[in-house]
Order: sequence, then C-alpha cells, then structure tokens
Amino acid sequence: MSMNTQGRPTGIGIAPAGASTPAGAFASTSGSSLLPNEPLLFEIGDTEHSGVDLPDASIGDEFLGGFKRTTPLDLAGLTEPEALRHYVRLSRLNYSIDSGMYPLGSCTMKHNPRLNEKTARLPGFADIHPLQPVSTVPGALELMNELAHWLMTLTNTSAVALTPKAGAHGEMCGMMTIRAAQAARGQGRRNVVLVPDSAHGTNPATAAFLGYSVRSVPANAQGTVDVAAVKAALGPDVAAIMLTNPNTCGLFEPQIIEIAAAVHEAGAFFYCDGANFNAIMGVVRPGDLGIDAMHINLHKTFSTPHGGGGPGAGPVVLSEALAPFAPVPFVRKGDGPLALVEHSSDTHLGRITAFNGQMGMYVRALTYMLSHGGDGLAQAAKDAVLNANYVKARLTPTFSAPFGEGPCMHEALFDDHFLEGTGVSTLDFAKALIDEGFHPMTMYFPLVVHGAMLIEPTESEPRQTLDHFCDVMLDLAADARAGNAGRFTGAPTRAARRRLDETRAARSPKLKWERAESLPRAAE
Amino acid sequence: MTTKYTEDHEYIRVDGAHGIVGITNYAQDQLGDIVFVELPSIGQKLKKGDEAAVVESVKAASEIYSPASGTVTEVNMALAAEPGLINTSPDADGWIFKLKLDRAAELDALMDDAAYAKHTA
Amino acid sequence: MRYLPHSDAERADMLAVIGATSAEALFASVPRSAMLSKSVDLPAHSPEFLVEAHMRALANKNHAAADGPFFVGAGAYRHHVPATVDHLIQRSEWLTAYTPYQPEVAQGTLQMLFEFQTQVAHLTGMEVANASMYDGSTATAEAVLMARRLTRKDKMVLSGGLHPHYRDVVRTYLDNSPNLICQPASPEGQGDILSHIDDDTAAIVIQTPDFFGHLRDLERAAEAIHARGGLLIVVVTEIVSLGLLEAPGALGADIVVCEGQSIGNALNFGGPYVGLMATKKEFIRQMPGRLCGETVDAEGTRGFVLTLSTREQHIRREKATSNICTNSGLCALAFSIHMGLLGEAGLTRLARLNHARAVALAKALRAVPGVELLNKTFFNEMTIRLNSLAAPVVEVLARNGILAGVPVSRLIPDDPAAANLMVLAATELTTDADIAALVSGLTGALK
Repeated sequence: MSMNTQGRPTGIGIAPAGASTPAGAFASTSGSSLLPNEPLLFEIGDTEHSGVDLPDASIGDEFLGGFKRTTPLDLAGLTEPEALRHYVRLSRLNYSIDSGMYPLGSCTMKHNPRLNEKTARLPGFADIHPLQPVSTVPGALELMNELAHWLMTLTNTSAVALTPKAGAHGEMCGMMTIRAAQAARGQGRRNVVLVPDSAHGTNPATAAFLGYSVRSVPANAQGTVDVAAVKAALGPDVAAIMLTNPNTCGLFEPQIIEIAAAVHEAGAFFYCDGANFNAIMGVVRPGDLGIDAMHINLHKTFSTPHGGGGPGAGPVVLSEALAPFAPVPFVRKGDGPLALVEHSSDTHLGRITAFNGQMGMYVRALTYMLSHGGDGLAQAAKDAVLNANYVKARLTPTFSAPFGEGPCMHEALFDDHFLEGTGVSTLDFAKALIDEGFHPMTMYFPLVVHGAMLIEPTESEPRQTLDHFCDVMLDLAADARAGNAGRFTGAPTRAARRRLDETRAARSPKLKWERAESLPRAAE
Repeated sequence: MTTKYTEDHEYIRVDGAHGIVGITNYAQDQLGDIVFVELPSIGQKLKKGDEAAVVESVKAASEIYSPASGTVTEVNMALAAEPGLINTSPDADGWIFKLKLDRAAELDALMDDAAYAKHTA
Repeated sequence: MRYLPHSDAERADMLAVIGATSAEALFASVPRSAMLSKSVDLPAHSPEFLVEAHMRALANKNHAAADGPFFVGAGAYRHHVPATVDHLIQRSEWLTAYTPYQPEVAQGTLQMLFEFQTQVAHLTGMEVANASMYDGSTATAEAVLMARRLTRKDKMVLSGGLHPHYRDVVRTYLDNSPNLICQPASPEGQGDILSHIDDDTAAIVIQTPDFFGHLRDLERAAEAIHARGGLLIVVVTEIVSLGLLEAPGALGADIVVCEGQSIGNALNFGGPYVGLMATKKEFIRQMPGRLCGETVDAEGTRGFVLTLSTREQHIRREKATSNICTNSGLCALAFSIHMGLLGEAGLTRLARLNHARAVALAKALRAVPGVELLNKTFFNEMTIRLNSLAAPVVEVLARNGILAGVPVSRLIPDDPAAANLMVLAATELTTDADIAALVSGLTGALK
C-alpha cells in the first residue's frame, strides 16, 4: 500500500473514499504522484454526491404518461474538487502532442494552436443552434463559405461537401456522390472499386459499405501504383478507383495524372484519399491531377485537435462532374445573401448527418488557415517533407527503407530488416520508444511492407527534437543488434502501465464497471 | 484416417465420407492468441474454397475456407467459450467443424503430410 | 510563421544533411506539370490579433442562444455546461492526445472511455455501450445497418415520430431502399407502427420523446417486434430525459442510440456532437465503433485497452462492421465529465427541472389565443398548432430578439398539415421572463 501526495490511497488493500466496492478492487501496484493509479469514477463517486447545484423542482405526473423511470440510474457523482482531481490525474496518464513528438505516420499529429480553441468558443459560433432561423446566423454561413473557398482554392475543385463528420464519413460521402453521378449517367451497374493493397483500411471498408466489391491493385517494387496495373484492372464494371496520394508509403504517385486519365477514359471516377494532403497543400492542387473527389481530414491537415480520437471533420472537395450530387445541407452563393440549402432537389444527395456538420471544427480549421495564409500553408507542407527526409537521411542506412533511394514526402517508411535475428519485433522496438519519452511510430502499416515503421514528424518539430528522436532511434537499433533484447521485449517499463494483456481483454470482454465483480482479476 | 492440407493452412482429417476441419499448428502460431471463432451453421452446404468460418486473434481476422465440398454436420461449440483451444490443441480439441463430403476424390488435389511440411518449411 | 520552428539557415543545414540541393528537389517525384509555379491565390499569413478580429467579426453577426429568450430544440438543446467541463477538456493531455492505440501511454483516455461506456449503459439500461459515434443521426443509421446484419432481414420501419433529419440520414445510408418504410410524420402522436411489422421486418425505429415531444410506448412495440423475430431500435435525442423517464433497456429495447450533445457539449450550429450507442451483450460483435475493455498489464495491474478491434475497418477492411474510424473522443470526455459532476442525484434534479420548465411553458402557451398544444405527454419539448403559418411567426419573433421554436415546415416542407406547427423546447435555462416574452410575442404575431 502506498499513499500519494494528496493522501488518497492508490495501492492495494484500502478502499477509496466513498467507494461502493470492497478493498482491493483496483491496481496491484501503487502509482506515484506523477503517474497515479486512479480508481474508477464509480469507485470514488456515489449516487448521492453531485458537483452541480440545482433546485429540486416539484413536478406532477400529468404529462408523463406513466413512463416515469423506475430503473435506478446508478450514476456515480463527484463534487467539483473531486471531479477536477479525478480528470486531472487521469489526464496525466496520457501522452499528448503538447508533451512530446508523435512520429505517427499517416496520422499527422501536428501542433494545435490555442487561438483555434479560443475562436471556436466565441458565443457567435459555439452558442448557435442548427435550427434557429437562418436569418439570425449570417456569420455562420459566411464562415462556411470562406472555409469552402479556401479548400476549393487549395485543391482547384468546383465544390465542397462540408458536412462529413470525419475522414471515413467523407469517403462514404464522396463515394455516394460517385454512385449518384453514375446512376444519373445510366451507369448504375458499375459495381467494382479498385483499391491498391497499400490503402488505409477505411478505403475497402467504405467501398464494401456501399455495396461495391473491391478489386485490389498491386503496388510495384517502388511502392507506387503503375498505370499499367490500373489499366489491367479497369473495365466496364469499375465505378471508381480509391487512391491515396501521397500514398501510405509516403510517396507521391508519379503516374497519377496518367492513372486519372485512364480511369476517366474507362468511364470511372477518381476518388483520392486526402489523409496525406499535409505533404502538398499549397504546392500541388489535387484538381490539377485529375481527381474527382477527395476528403480532407481537418483534424490532420488543418490542425483541429485529435482529442484522444475525435471529433474530426472530413469535408470532401468535388470536381465539376460530381458537384451537382453533393449532399444537403450546403451554403449557396448567389446574388443576394448566402443561402442554406436544406432540402435535396434534383440530383443532390440527401443528408449524411442531421445538421450542418462539424461547425466547431470549421472554425478551428479556418482560424488555422488564416493564421498560416496561403504562403504559410505551402511552407508548412515543405517543412513537413523536409522533416521526414531529414529523419530518413539520419536513420538510413541503419534502418532499411524498402523504397530506397529517392526522397519521400511527409513520412518516412522503414521495414524490420535491421531487426533480423535480434529477437526484437517491430512492436517491441516501438514500445521501447515509450521508455525514451516518445510515442511509438505507426507500426505494421502499410501492410505491403514487412514489419513496417512509418514515421511522420510533421512540420511542427524543431530540428533539435528531430535530432534527439533520431539519436534515440539509432541507439535503440544499436542496442537491439548488440543482443540486448530485454530492453525491448519487456518495454515499456517507465509508462503508467507495462504491456497490457489484449488477449484477455478480447477473450472475455469486460466493457463496463460491474458492482458485483469486485475482486481484482490479478488476484484470481 | 488420413489428413490433407490446403495452401491456406486448413487441415481436413478424413474418415470415409466424413472430414474434420481445423487450422494447422503452423497457422495458429502465425495468428497468435485466438480470441474468437465464428462457426458455420449445421446443415450449411459448402463448396470447396467457400468461406466457412472466421478465426480472430487480437490483431487479425482470418477466413477459414472449406478444404472440400460437403455439408456441415457438427461444429465445435467448445470454441465459443474457449477459442484458445485452437492455440493449445489445433489438431485435436481445437477442431472447427465436421463435414460430410460430397466427393472424396476432391481431396486428391490437397497436400499430404510431407508436402505440407515442405510448404511450411 | 509562428507555428513553424525552422529558420532558413536551419532548413539549409537540414537539406545539406539530406543531400538535396533545394526544398523543391524533395518534390522530385511530383510531375512537373502539377507543381504550382506561383503561390495559391489566398491571403498571406496573418498575426494572431488580426485573425481573431476577423473571426470575432463573423461570430458577432450571429444571434447567440444566450442573447435572448430561446426555445429552439428539435434534436439539439441548450443546457448549462459547468465551467469545470470546458476547463478540463482543454488540458493538453486530453485535447492533443491521439487515439489510444498505444494503451501504455493512453490510460487516461482509455479509463475515461470505460467510465463513459458504463455511464451510457446505465442511462439506457443496456448491457454494453461503445466509445461513441459521430452523433445521434449517424448512430441511428448505423443501428439500422447493425439490425440488418443481426437479423439477416431487410425491411426496416421508421416511426413517424422519428426526427425528420434522422429519417433522411437513414434513407441516404440505405440508398433509398424500397424496404425502408417511413411512416408519415405524426405531430399528434398518432400512427400505428405495429401494423407494419411482419416476418421480414429486421427492426422498427422509435424515438422517445419523439420529434414532436410525445412520449412513446416502447413496451408494446418491443413485444410486437420480438414476436416476429425483429429488433427494437430506440432513439433518444434529448439524453437529459433519461433522468426522469424509464430506461429503454428496461422496456425491451435491443439497440439504443442517443444524441449526447445535451450533456457537456455546446450547440455548435450542429457539430461536433456525440452519438451514443448501447445494446445487449450478445450483439456486441455486430456493433460498430470502438470499444474499450478492462484487462491487466504484465505486472497484473488493472488497465484498459481498445478491444474487439477485429470488427473494425483497420483490420477487417472490406469485411468491417462499419467504416467508422475517428469518433467523438473529446465530446465523449465532455459528456462523461459533466455526467460525473451530475451523478444520479444531479441528473435526476436536472431532468425534473427541465420537465417543470416545460410544464410552465405548456401552460403558458395553452393560454395564448390562436395556439393549440398538441401534446398530452412530453418531457421538455412540445408541438403547438398556430392559427397561421408558423415560419413567418418565427421570423417576426426573431426580429424582436426572441428565438421561438422550430417551424415544422423547415424540416417537412411539402406537407400542408405541418405548415402551422411549431416545436418548442424548454430547459433549466428557460426563465419565467423568457416565457412571458414568448407569450407576448406570439400574442402580438397571431393577432
């Protein structure tokens, strides 16, 4: 048993104050004041305590039709000081971009400016209702229109569907517009979508979700897609290709213009996954490459915070051919004031979400764009590419880059060749990074590379941090090859937890706190 | 009783017109700890190569293809509670389903012990 | 540029280490014709105070809910969010953390999600809940798809009390399937969904309180659909109602989806919000979205991980239950903190207070000449029929600084029966003065 600095029990043997479970319901090792073992909300709170003062209104049953609740809510409550401490202590168990670099390939974990948070909280944006009269929210329509202008200018496209809630939702929206456009052309029978093997998992999932069958397109030895391979896979049954550019190997698809031409010639559409737009914003306009639709992850490229897994936003830019099929609602610019089109007439898709999309994210993204300006966004893309190439240069040849000699874009891809015979896996290696103060890199993705390690430093990292990261990586590699496997297979040892038993979690899922099951599993 | 193997690491242990299907020790080792098995339904008719079951580890899900055509006569319900049987005993307690074969001759195209050993070498 | 750490000298040094002649050389694989020769036609970078001024000017053009009497609901509700909530969610470790795929360095987020799942399960009276969806409407569409997978049936019946936008989202997700039966809107709580149930019905979808504010009988619906081998999907757009009304799980629901915005989250013109989804344990393998589960670490210490991820797109790819990836983590956190501050005692009081304010509103509205209250039952929202078109009345009141309810014609434009209807909500923030202002405004407008 140990006590933390606040005198709250953190170890075994003592029940937390107000707990409804017996002693020993949590944690078999004690925490420290910096890495606390925090009990569950349901173990420290109870159904009587509350951190909100509200009058107890007297009500009758007149309008409740006999539907009054009889099942206990069983919701734990905390007073305000207890709540603050609970969530502050929990927060300290998290790594975050403000505390260190995330070398997470394909995730674009960049700096989140606080001005974005400030503007998003202006009452004129945060405290407006999606169904209050449109005449009372002209500033909101202007903001959406301005964001749309920036996105269309950066991509050289004709329209943008703002409402998708995240990247995968954007993919769904983009592919739905393609399906609608084909139905309008009388090409509704096209039921195949081409997806390269290196694609992000959402691509085939989206295609299948919409009833398409997925045809894989192999990558070539350079990690990119050949126009010949695409041509071989194209046919009258193909509705679209879904291609990520820059691709998940961190490479710009060199034949993308030819691929777009071949796809169009076959009567199909070109969907581009814009997850990696950060590498080229302000430098290359996807519309110039021939893409028809591309979602943009505002939470990656335009720095709306990741929030521990969302909310995101995934607006989709659309070519002229697809623009008439965008979902409602959208802002229409005419001669008079901006209008909010809320009902689908003629060709437009219906709603893909109840309201106007992620307004809070629009505000943050536009704030970020205005701060950077067109010039700053291009510089950010160039710095992101510079940083990735710097990491690649410093880590090669110790780390083996499967797609060799040329420069990469915004992320550097390595395989696990350098770990051969060491008894250390990519996973072990990544977990060892935690003990050195870094978040692990993206592992085992893309699938086309054995033991892949994908590193995306983003433009936010100063050279000093990159050097420190590379020094750590090289030191770890040397240690692995010197036979010190223990440093890796046991890692991490300096985090809030040692490696967690995922098999146990999946074999007998325990997905919520249960009052009855009060004994620690560790003591079984 | 003979055992035959597919290139996808399913085995079928054949006794007359009946076969017992599972995945090989090599396959379970590659997959890691199995956490869930989706079983076929009894009476389901399968053609050789049809997806018959799914085994899931923490990080991967793999389809199990039927090594032969036939009708499912029995499924291993023990796997619902204890999917780890596939790891601890892939060729005995960890079997997945039993099949009444349509054509025993279909099995000739599959690998025998020696060929499979070579395949996984 | 304040967000970019490199000086030009550092950039040059780094290029030298790389062995590249220029920054442009790193873009060698980009077809020359695709490289922009000059910068995009957009304004240049701008100092913080100018950007803030620009955004403030846009924001100031909007009438915020707190600027005057406010009765807009219909799927998004204005409630008080304690200051603690917004302070906490802006902590770096919550705001700027990635999805908790590396559990050793994400126990904060994971434990919070485990607590969130528990809260949602208890509120809805269900066995399990996931770690959030985008919002209530997309969660409803995902529930419909989930029910089709579970039952292997196709037909889906949506109640006429379902929020029209939710109905539209389901329609879009199902690509206007002919097997999707949408009952006509039922502003008086009418409509018999049970007569549509047959052996081919995968599920019926019932919202309660419904779009028009009526409380719906779930128990009878559950019996009817279960008798034919289908599922009951219950939609709740005002989560505060569950502090006063029976849990859908206790009434036979198989899947419960909710909009969680009311707790912890601002109106935000429609997003980001947080979708809740709960179901029975036997159905979890067909439930979309992330799930957090309890386990132990190598030393036996309790910890949490994302689990059952083989259902998800990054592993199952085209066989995934859904393509959802990013969800509403930070909104779920705000929900969980606010709910943790309320607790059972606080949520119960909040729900009672909401109902009390709505009763006061209903009684006041009933006394206005030219207004007919359509509800016999409600929680905090109700529908009135005016003796004239509702939309112009709402506009007139808005010009006088009163944001009255939502004219139903805005959501159901082509139905003459809906043209005079207005849906209004009251919450704990609705004062007697607000109600008096509304009554006076309505009385004037309806003369």
